[in-house]
Amino acid sequence: MFKISMNEADKLFKAIAESDTLYLPIEKGDQIEFYEYHEGANVRLDALHTVKSAKDAFLPNCETMMEFKMEGKNIEIKEADRIAEEFVVFGVRACDARSFAILDKVYLSDPVDSFYAARREHGIVVSMACNRPEETCFCNKFDIDATNPEGDVVVWIVGDELFWEAKTEKGTALTEKVKSVLTDADSEPVEKQQKEVKAIMEKLPLNSMDMEYLKDADMMELFNSPKWNELYQSCLGCGTCTFICPTCQCYDIRDYDTGHGIVRYRCWDSCMYKDFTMMAHGTNRKTQMERFRQRFMHKLSYFPINNDGEFGCVGCGRCISKCPISMNITKVIKALGGDN
Amino acid sequence: MNDVLIPKIGVVTDVRQDTPDVKTFRVVTPDGKKAFEHMPGQCAMLSIPGVGEAMFSITSSPTNTEFMEFSIKKCGCLTDWLHQMEVGQMITIRGPYGNPFPVDTELKGKNLIFIAGGIGLAPLRSVINYCRDKRSEYGNIDIVYGSRSADDLVDYQEIIDEWEKTEGVNVYLTIDREQEGWDGHVGFVPNYVKELNLSVDSTVLICGPPIMIKFTLAGLQELGFKKEQVYTTLELRMKCGVGKCGRCNVGSKYVCKDGPVFRFDQIDELPDEY
Amino acid sequence: MREIRELLVKKINELLENGTVDRVIGWKAGEFCYDVTPAVYKKEDNFDDFLFDGFCGANQSKYLIEETKKEGKILTLLKPCDSYSFNQLLKEHRIDREKVYVLGIPCHGMLDINKMKEQGITGILSITETDDVVTADTLYGEKTCNRKEVLLERCLCCKGSKHMVYDELLMPEEEEKEVETLDRFSKVAELEAMTAEERFAFWRTELSKCIRCNACRNVCPACSCRTCVFDNANSGVAAKVNADTFEENMFHIIRAWHVAGRCTDCGECSRVCPQNIPLHLLNRKFIKDMDEFYGEFQAGTDAETKGPLTAFTMEDCEPDIVYTRGGDK
Repeated sequence: MFKISMNEADKLFKAIAESDTLYLPIEKGDQIEFYEYHEGANVRLDALHTVKSAKDAFLPNCETMMEFKMEGKNIEIKEADRIAEEFVVFGVRACDARSFAILDKVYLSDPVDSFYAARREHGIVVSMACNRPEETCFCNKFDIDATNPEGDVVVWIVGDELFWEAKTEKGTALTEKVKSVLTDADSEPVEKQQKEVKAIMEKLPLNSMDMEYLKDADMMELFNSPKWNELYQSCLGCGTCTFICPTCQCYDIRDYDTGHGIVRYRCWDSCMYKDFTMMAHGTNRKTQMERFRQRFMHKLSYFPINNDGEFGCVGCGRCISKCPISMNITKVIKALGGDN
Repeated sequence: MNDVLIPKIGVVTDVRQDTPDVKTFRVVTPDGKKAFEHMPGQCAMLSIPGVGEAMFSITSSPTNTEFMEFSIKKCGCLTDWLHQMEVGQMITIRGPYGNPFPVDTELKGKNLIFIAGGIGLAPLRSVINYCRDKRSEYGNIDIVYGSRSADDLVDYQEIIDEWEKTEGVNVYLTIDREQEGWDGHVGFVPNYVKELNLSVDSTVLICGPPIMIKFTLAGLQELGFKKEQVYTTLELRMKCGVGKCGRCNVGSKYVCKDGPVFRFDQIDELPDEY
Repeated sequence: MREIRELLVKKINELLENGTVDRVIGWKAGEFCYDVTPAVYKKEDNFDDFLFDGFCGANQSKYLIEETKKEGKILTLLKPCDSYSFNQLLKEHRIDREKVYVLGIPCHGMLDINKMKEQGITGILSITETDDVVTADTLYGEKTCNRKEVLLERCLCCKGSKHMVYDELLMPEEEEKEVETLDRFSKVAELEAMTAEERFAFWRTELSKCIRCNACRNVCPACSCRTCVFDNANSGVAAKVNADTFEENMFHIIRAWHVAGRCTDCGECSRVCPQNIPLHLLNRKFIKDMDEFYGEFQAGTDAETKGPLTAFTMEDCEPDIVYTRGGDK
């Protein structure tokens, strides 16, 4: 294990940015997001969450896939380049780090999505342990250890020091590149903090939520639950929960006429939207209740059925703080029967 | 690096006006070959860049080694554009997507009944011609096909000239309302199916408007058919075609990848959202 | 606030019992003290989780569009500022007045949980409030803050205690109560004082954060089109993110134009924005301009007066006003 004083953290960022593009939580326009590092950036490692999750680094909210040149009856296709250079996503919380494994199950399963795969191949995840969980956190419900996140490198911020430990080959390689700014460290302060944070995790209000119920629940029984009709009532049908969610994975493919050709891009989409399933002759989910149910059924039932019981949620709590009408997955889980 | 979302170029080499609102397009690659191999019931994503991309069932049989055909009804933005196409127009094409009808397994050696309504014949035409081309591998073939009017019968010429003349193939056509010059059957498909003395040991492949499917299935069950004997193909909004974009997700299934061909007992296990 | 809640529940029960209404749209307590969800309660429902406290900021007027299409009569609880939106929806014939009973309820300003969190008050387990102080019990001990500092943006520029429309008032004595309010146009004036480049940079930074969740549109009482142009597949303008283009930024500007003259400045757009984009500033700029051009006008004061952009008078300014105000010729 290595360490560096937080006062000198900028040296570490510079060292990383020298060889690889570095993304980390930066405050801009009053909000904190994963932005590319630049000197003088307002880095905010103290924030529990960025607004958009770290999935943006691998599945960006908007990416060009190809361009078409149209001339008369002819069409020419030009594929967009896949990312080919290493980049580092620094400061990924344990919940977001787990979300990559969930997205992998979708995007790396046959047929592999080459845009996503290229980013996964070249992306290095430096995750950051939590030292101040909030009441909205429930990652522990998905066997995620907030004090020991998954990632190529894990960092812990204890007091005014940042501790660094490589976990994978990629992580070791990155460590080699930045070793000159790090010093050897004893892991004791980290272990002490882990114990303290775990004690706080024991007190989280959402610990009362029961996921076991859902593990054995029958898909059709959940689907037909009378609770959906109550739960969806105030839903505005916006896409906030979807777009801030680290595991929401649906996308739209759209064409955009730049005036010099057609750009075909992919962007995040939401099953909460009316047009999501709209076809020329109608839609199969006509009401907001059905659309609302789809989002939660997918996370709590459909996805687990197809993925060895793994839920499509990592307990980051973003939807709890961001839903305009304060409806969220924990209310759904409890209403469906998971209230202890 | 190749990606399933990156299409190939297709060239339209023939356009046939089938009915007032259905055209059949013949598509090959710019060097005159089939864009890819497929099996009956599989689909392809066709697109005109700048207009849109959508999933269409491949209407031609895989036994056709020269080209692919798509019968497309004019019903929205993209299909309006497709209908304006002339020979020589390039489009983009990718596929094949989805699971085919089990022509080489469950359907082999069976008596087959095809039931179609309107443009619903499009996906079945591929299977019908496949089975006709491999005639000895299947039992009797009954085809019940209905449309609003005689003018709306897709592939009418092929039905008369080829299907009706194939040995062991019986074609039963019907239209919704009486029409001058039509001396065939008049009435809705579900009722016609009940009138025909169809053999209950057959396997049924059905495609058409949801309402037709619903009533026909009920009729078939009355006649003693089991849901395990009846196949259909579902149509939902799709974007990727490979079970990722989430649009055609119903229950734990993705229609594009786990379907579009389903047996009715399988459909029964899905939430009623298709 | 607790006293108001008790008074409120008593009144609601009275109106349900005597048959004035058959249901009420209120606020339902959540998992925490602040995640309140609008909910419809019927007579037979349990009111234990019915809530009225500092986190009931949501403007419920828009729900009445759908609710008044249903059978029966619904009771709505309007805070003074909500009553403006209600009037505006009446003016636009979106709400069936016959099917709703309006109970005007007092408001002492609503809280913004995000402002509390920004102050470092995190891990909140429960909150108690007095008129001046908000106290939070957190995972990290008890924290307090000045209530005024954590009010919602719209409450800082409160329109006053008076209800613009009601069938009955819960606490008539509160109507004339003085409220502190800041100049709502001060930030707009600040933006106006910027150079065009500075202003462009400001809005570019802000609007580029947009993830096109459409929460601002979906919550906005003035956005009540049956099908929004951005949801119309044939319109050519997508309701989806297209981050590489300027089109993205135009969404909010188009929306601000569309609600100009009808926007009551309820501030819901800014409240719900997950990216904290100060969308209310776009609306306030329009309101300020219209006030200057056509005389002061507050949408939603009543349900009849035509807005400045839909009423023509001989005194209306000429288009060349744009030049005299410093636009490029």
